[in-house]
Amino acid sequence: MSAPAAASVAAEQTSTRAIAVAAGGGKARRVKDRLTSPWATAAAIVIAVIWTIPTFGLLVSSFRTPEEIRTNGWWNIFVSPSFTLENYADVLTIQGASSANLGSYFVNSLVIAIPAALFPIILATMAAYAFAWIKFRGSAPLFVLIFALQIVPLQMALIPLLQIFSEVLGISGTFPAVWIAHTIFGLPLCIFLLHNFISEIPAEVIEAARVDGANHTQIFFRIIIPLSLPALASIGIFQFLWVWNDLLVALVFSGGTADVAPLTQRLAELVGNFGRNTERLPAAAFISLIVPLIVFFSLQRYFVRGLLAGSTKG
Amino acid sequence: MEFWSDLFEKFGVMFLGLAAFAAVVGIVLFLADRAPKRGRDFLQLAAFLSPALILLAVGLVYPAIRTTILAFFSRQTANGSEWVGLDNFVWMFTQPEITIVIINTLIWVALVPLLSTIFGLAYAVFIDKSHGEKVLKSLVFMPMAISFVGAGIIWRFMYEYREVGFSEQIGLLNQILVWLGQDPQPFLVNSPWNTFFLIVVMVWIQTGFAMVLLSAAIKGVPVEIIEAARLDGANAWQSFWNVTVPGIRGTLVVVVTTISIATLKVFDIVRAMTGGNFNTSVVANEMYTQAFNRGETGYGSALAVVLFVMVLPIVLYNVRVMRKQKEIR
Repeated sequence: MSAPAAASVAAEQTSTRAIAVAAGGGKARRVKDRLTSPWATAAAIVIAVIWTIPTFGLLVSSFRTPEEIRTNGWWNIFVSPSFTLENYADVLTIQGASSANLGSYFVNSLVIAIPAALFPIILATMAAYAFAWIKFRGSAPLFVLIFALQIVPLQMALIPLLQIFSEVLGISGTFPAVWIAHTIFGLPLCIFLLHNFISEIPAEVIEAARVDGANHTQIFFRIIIPLSLPALASIGIFQFLWVWNDLLVALVFSGGTADVAPLTQRLAELVGNFGRNTERLPAAAFISLIVPLIVFFSLQRYFVRGLLAGSTKG
Repeated sequence: MEFWSDLFEKFGVMFLGLAAFAAVVGIVLFLADRAPKRGRDFLQLAAFLSPALILLAVGLVYPAIRTTILAFFSRQTANGSEWVGLDNFVWMFTQPEITIVIINTLIWVALVPLLSTIFGLAYAVFIDKSHGEKVLKSLVFMPMAISFVGAGIIWRFMYEYREVGFSEQIGLLNQILVWLGQDPQPFLVNSPWNTFFLIVVMVWIQTGFAMVLLSAAIKGVPVEIIEAARLDGANAWQSFWNVTVPGIRGTLVVVVTTISIATLKVFDIVRAMTGGNFNTSVVANEMYTQAFNRGETGYGSALAVVLFVMVLPIVLYNVRVMRKQKEIR
């Protein structure tokens, strides 16, 4: 873009800063200034604040005393500051039939989510490799079928699958039942995403290995897995969070007791009796939110990448 | 102490599960590796493909077919169940409570994708290339990472209602009403408006999703084209509407359809906030209630089938648009 053009565009704007940048800054800076107006930024900040207040309010509540939570709103903390970890201690450590007992459920959530993230990823990588690099008859229609399975709502599978688990396998209400259910429900999307990635590995790399006499198993372990690690991480994080946050599969297959059921299930129970658990809920909710939030803020790049891969790749 | 023994036992189960899984996969791949020359190709293919295919066939394809069949049978009792034809579907559209459930679902799927996309797109444009874009993005995107149940609890506190004179308001929204001199409202009880307040929660979650995808798409629109439009005298609104929006059309379709499908399946939010009471139930929640709380497998299956039928056209549309785009490319 020529300098006079930039100057004329800059002149259209009354902002003196735009002119200054147009005179001295690089192209990116000039574009940046012309496309952002203070109004837009103000609107963005307003939206961001509105979006954050609900979560912030709950976080504040979780550190107030039970008495305060019950009798007045969290914003009063700015008038009469207080801080206690009592609620967290209560929901995590106190054992008993009527207590929240979240320690056990937290362990359950981990014990459910780790295998339920690993299993589908590994099986999906194997299947994706077969679809991408092993030629066989019916490969394309079979892949389309698996792609199509993504759209089958979980609800379509719940009743018969529960019957299989309870009547045929006898594992209903155990960890393996929940793992297997999550693995099955996660497979179509994982296969689809990983296929997108694995099929784009340069053919020369695979060919070279074949010429050297490597068979499929060797290619899989020596080439596919190492090259796919970033994709595996993204999709693995996604699957982990999906399982961690899930309520429906847990309700149907975990049996609902402190032996197997995850945090989400216990939270749903607690919130079902809001009046009795009012002071416990903020701390309880944050105990379940802490893991996704840590994953989200520390691995946001992978998280977003997984999301983008999942929805814009055709 | 009980907690620690419990913990060791559970992690023991987990490591056992992981080890068993690794052993099975390892043995299958090892055998494939050592397969006899004759038929090796087929055996290796089977080793890679069959675990996933068997699980999908047994756990998804067969159950989906069986659910469709169950939808035409009565509830399962000790004497089995009997063929009832379309009775379960007739029941759905003649029971006032269930008709409301279906209408609610349609309201959800009409409003959530629309509002989330509008907010997400506006926000993506507002923050595009602004200072602190990353932080602003994280704040709105954050709800996407947490569970629907967690979001439900967060908003239960926002909507919490205390009768006047009984105590101070502890919910922010009612406190704002009080500050404005209005009467506080039991937001989650008053039908039909309570459905809209539940929808707000889903919009709150999905806006971040729309924003992240649309933001990436906006950055993909060539700056040169936007600049050219500006030079031709287009104002910000015109260049947005005539250049940016057509440039991100494909992503818009993906965003709207993905959110629509997620909305149709929404279950946890309704479960956590009202339990489906006060006329707020939706198909996915009612399916669970009928099938697993009441043992009405016929009704539950029929509702699942209805859900599937609602999802289908959206997906078909999505696939068609994506295919067209590929042809253009």
